[in-house]
Amino acid sequence: MAGRLKTILSRVAQAAPVVVGVVIVTFVLTRALPGDPAVYFAGAAADEASIAEIRTALGLDKSLPEQFVLYVGDLLRGDLGESISTGQPVVTELARRLPASLELTLTALLLSCGVAIPLGVLAATRPGSWADHLCRVLVTAGVSLPTFFTGLALIYVFYYLLGLAPTPIGRLDFIYLEPPRVTGFFLVDAALAGDWETWWGAARQIVLPAVTLALFTLAPICRITRAAMLQALSADFVRTARAAGLTRPTVIYRYAFHNAMLPVITTLGMVFSFTLGANVLVEKVFAWPGIGSYAVDALVVSDYAAVQGFVLAMALLFVALNLAIDIAYTLIDPRIGFEN
Amino acid sequence: MTQSKTLPGGFAGSLTGASRRRFLQMSGATALGAGVLPFLKALPASAQAAETLVVVTGQTINSLDLHRTGTNRASYQVAVNVYDRLVSFGTKETPDGGLSYDYETIVPELAESWDIAEDSITFHLKPDATFWDGKPVTAEDVRWSFERAVTVGGFPTVQMKAGLLVEPSQFEAVDEKTFRVKLLHPSKLTLPDLAVPVPIVINSEVAKANATADDPWAMEYLHQNPAGSGAFKVTRWDPGQQLVYERNDDWAGGPLPGVKRVIVREVPNPSNRRALLERGDVQINFDLPNKDAQELAESETVSIFSTPIENCIHCVGLNYSFEPFQDPDVRKAVAYAIPYADIFQTAAYGRGAPMWGGDAAVETTDWPRPFPYETDLDRAREHLAKSGFASGFEVPLSISLGLADWMEPTALLIQENLAKLGIAATIEKIPGANWRTACLVEKRLPMHLENFGGWLNYPCYYFFWAYKEGHLFNSSNYANPEVETLVDETLHMPTDNPEYAPKIKRLFEIAIEDLPRIPLWQPALNVGTNGATGYEYWFHRQLDARGLERS
Repeated sequence: MAGRLKTILSRVAQAAPVVVGVVIVTFVLTRALPGDPAVYFAGAAADEASIAEIRTALGLDKSLPEQFVLYVGDLLRGDLGESISTGQPVVTELARRLPASLELTLTALLLSCGVAIPLGVLAATRPGSWADHLCRVLVTAGVSLPTFFTGLALIYVFYYLLGLAPTPIGRLDFIYLEPPRVTGFFLVDAALAGDWETWWGAARQIVLPAVTLALFTLAPICRITRAAMLQALSADFVRTARAAGLTRPTVIYRYAFHNAMLPVITTLGMVFSFTLGANVLVEKVFAWPGIGSYAVDALVVSDYAAVQGFVLAMALLFVALNLAIDIAYTLIDPRIGFEN
Repeated sequence: MTQSKTLPGGFAGSLTGASRRRFLQMSGATALGAGVLPFLKALPASAQAAETLVVVTGQTINSLDLHRTGTNRASYQVAVNVYDRLVSFGTKETPDGGLSYDYETIVPELAESWDIAEDSITFHLKPDATFWDGKPVTAEDVRWSFERAVTVGGFPTVQMKAGLLVEPSQFEAVDEKTFRVKLLHPSKLTLPDLAVPVPIVINSEVAKANATADDPWAMEYLHQNPAGSGAFKVTRWDPGQQLVYERNDDWAGGPLPGVKRVIVREVPNPSNRRALLERGDVQINFDLPNKDAQELAESETVSIFSTPIENCIHCVGLNYSFEPFQDPDVRKAVAYAIPYADIFQTAAYGRGAPMWGGDAAVETTDWPRPFPYETDLDRAREHLAKSGFASGFEVPLSISLGLADWMEPTALLIQENLAKLGIAATIEKIPGANWRTACLVEKRLPMHLENFGGWLNYPCYYFFWAYKEGHLFNSSNYANPEVETLVDETLHMPTDNPEYAPKIKRLFEIAIEDLPRIPLWQPALNVGTNGATGYEYWFHRQLDARGLERS
């Protein structure tokens, strides 16, 4: 156990250069973006003097190295600066929006895994059966329909025509108040507060966007589960288990499925990362106040602080995610250890 | 003035913290008689009870202080609803049965009367006007707020300057309730400029209490915490999501608003905004795309108001620094080649007012006015043949990606017709963040689309910004000594001066002949309502919630 802790720490240490690299690259890249934020934020009718004032206020009149030193100094104090387009400190904004995106993504992934993994297993154990065909249809549909289209179609049917879904205006309808903030995940916070009415309100809001994202992520998980299961089922140890007369469930779930988990976990990590990216469209369609739409809006207006903060937060998130997946490997397969 | 019965107790307070608990107790007693859930049970009921009005918009409010650097256009509505000015504009009916602000009439807001002298305007404040915290509105508050507007730089300072409000020393608090503006020289623009959203009156005591040495104007504090005397207070602001206004029952600025609470919710996707409106889940959809406005115009449940935006024209700019456009025949050839009607239908879905095919003779000072050009390829060819560029030329036609919704279809249609004359236009798309620099500051785009609109509704004001040499919206590098003189003479001249109309007509004639800008159409602001009345169009193109009622 102590060995594992040591390796985790060394892994975190290895992530440091990555983060430093991200800081430098985002700083340079945002400055290389076309457009002059001072001019943009001065407004259309501004004159030269007021643009100059704004440039000074934003610190853009200093040389690039100076700006970088100031930026790193602020960063070390935990200050990511203030976004000019939203008028809020970037840290506050990220703290509010990241949980919104994560809640949506995780719910979608749970939903997606709940459908895709059993379906993949079924398809693998009964190739050619209805489950196999259903798997194929779902996968093709999920991949070929763009998320914004699925989202709009779901809204049209379930909100506009049937009136079953709540109004698609974000995380909570305006009749609810946000639950007291603990994790920023409304479902968790409402449950912690014992406020089941708000929990139900938040759950109703998240269904359609989560289903939209889940449909999109179904395909890779389903395909990988099926392929990995097929491979595991044809492996020697499964044949041995069968020959030893173990029951079918034990063979499939205890041995084959357990070994098929590794590629599924790897895929999940990848799916998670591209889902956070694909979120942007879903967030726009469902007015979800997430991190993707924040980053895109900031990028369009050359809002340096917001873009840098976003990229940095994502980099840290992925470092953490990769670490978590590596640890999950060792739990699933004891043969895999960290190299020291 | 209509005031509906208010819900018990807690609703008037803030919805956070202690008052939320108070609210739960209060409404619990009336709605369910049980303590925990009634917030949810009570609010929809109240929403039906003509108390609450929900507005959806695609824009993001990024500050509660208009004077702050970087405050965007959508945030101006906070200044309108939450703060008062000394004066405001009246209301008139539009031809289609809607309401519009009336540029001709200035009405009291915080000032109950004013005396105009040769060198100053003296305002007498309403004796009963108070800020939300109960402090009376004094002349010193007005003076401090105006000094702030002319000092902080950026947009507020530029806008104040348009009304010749430049120096802090121009503002004087004569006594508790008397405020005087000294005029640099008399101008018809000064009084209307005091009715635009910029010269708001802030509670200077609250602001000073929250000012610091680095931040003497309390920019940081007022950014998040408005301190005004206006018709609504902000009870909740979730940036990027929603803003909740709550009525100020002690408002002295005008008739008390018809609704107790207005929720402004941001929904980026236009189809969703439309669905919400059609289903009646929201009462107002502010700033609909032209396409939705056109399609919903026939709807029975939804009312659509499309008001042409005053003093605003979508036009084609022909840059005089580009050699072919120095030839008057080339400019006229382009003006006759533009497919105006197709553009109006494709890019504007017929919303707004045509700006082509007008009378050749200039009879009135109405502005915007249709120019006497229309699509006539034969005349276009004649003009081109007469010019020094009979065999055509190549020209980039620049558009902003930030305004691609109307610029892109417009540019494509123009490109197609210019090709018929032998003018090869290539469409150049410029990112929104670069557009202003390229188009307005460097003025380096030979042929481009432009859409200046002036808040102060006078033709001379439009010409001041768009036709004077070196001025910001003169993206065509146009320079004409006669225009310079005429604009300087008319800008501050009262409109009833007998010299005014002839000079303005002369300006129109020059603009029609010289064509640095070819008008296409006057755009419209589209607003859809379902279950709300009292929507009024304002030149600032933001929601004025003060006249709204549930129906």
